[in-house]
Amino acid sequence: MTTLEIVAQVDARGLSCPMPIVRTAQGIKPLAPGALVEVLTTDPGSQKDFVAWCRSTGNELVEQSVDGAVYRFVIRRK
Amino acid sequence: MTLTAERPIAAPATALDAIAEAIADVEGLPETEALPQPTFDAEVKPRDLVIIAYSGELEKTWASLIIATTAAASGVNTKVFMTFWGLQWLVKDEKRMTGENAMQKMLSLMQRPGISHRKLSKMNFLGMGPWMMGVLAKKYGVAKPKELLEAAQALGVEFMPCQMTMDMFGLKKDDMIDGLGEPVGAATVIELLSNGAASLFI
Repeated sequence: MTTLEIVAQVDARGLSCPMPIVRTAQGIKPLAPGALVEVLTTDPGSQKDFVAWCRSTGNELVEQSVDGAVYRFVIRRK
Repeated sequence: MTLTAERPIAAPATALDAIAEAIADVEGLPETEALPQPTFDAEVKPRDLVIIAYSGELEKTWASLIIATTAAASGVNTKVFMTFWGLQWLVKDEKRMTGENAMQKMLSLMQRPGISHRKLSKMNFLGMGPWMMGVLAKKYGVAKPKELLEAAQALGVEFMPCQMTMDMFGLKKDDMIDGLGEPVGAATVIELLSNGAASLFI
């Protein structure tokens, strides 16, 4: 398994729509293109939302996983 | 008088196939050639959204701001045209009374402006409804309108106050929150829409 170099984390646990997306957009903006950001959420809707958000922004969804009630996304900045 | 519809007589399918085969033989083309598929270009998707925020009720304010922040966070160039009751949310929370004449002042007292003073269109019950909504929002991690408004501004959503509404309610630049665009009229919105912006009237 390859180890991904995550340079930033967005903790959106406990937040409801649209804040996980809003926080991620704000968190990814200052990063360099190609940088990886880890996002944690507890909103079940975020599973589909992050896929759609990555499609519409052009950022790459590298990893998506669930650990109990926490959803984890690793996104590569465009 | 008899009308005769002149229809071309359709050649039997077998005859057409024979012609197609003959052409293919001459031109050396495969019998079935895939047509060029249109390529989907992500860059040509509509990337402009105009929300016409007409309403001042809590629930509609909330919905408008959720959509505006999400659109801006998704890279959509988002503008919100604030008109009639929608403009009330852009008045500073601490302003208790706005307007220049008695009637404008009375209206602002009857319906307090400001993002944190929105009322529900139904089940308001003297503020009980919005209070309960606030408690539920906190419990379920839902950002309040004020927080969403600040996030929207930070994400670059442009709030365009309606000049006509400013005049009608006697609102001055000093009454409004910071970071707003210049007041505009409907023609500005129409131009954006005719240039292909997606639009919502809330």
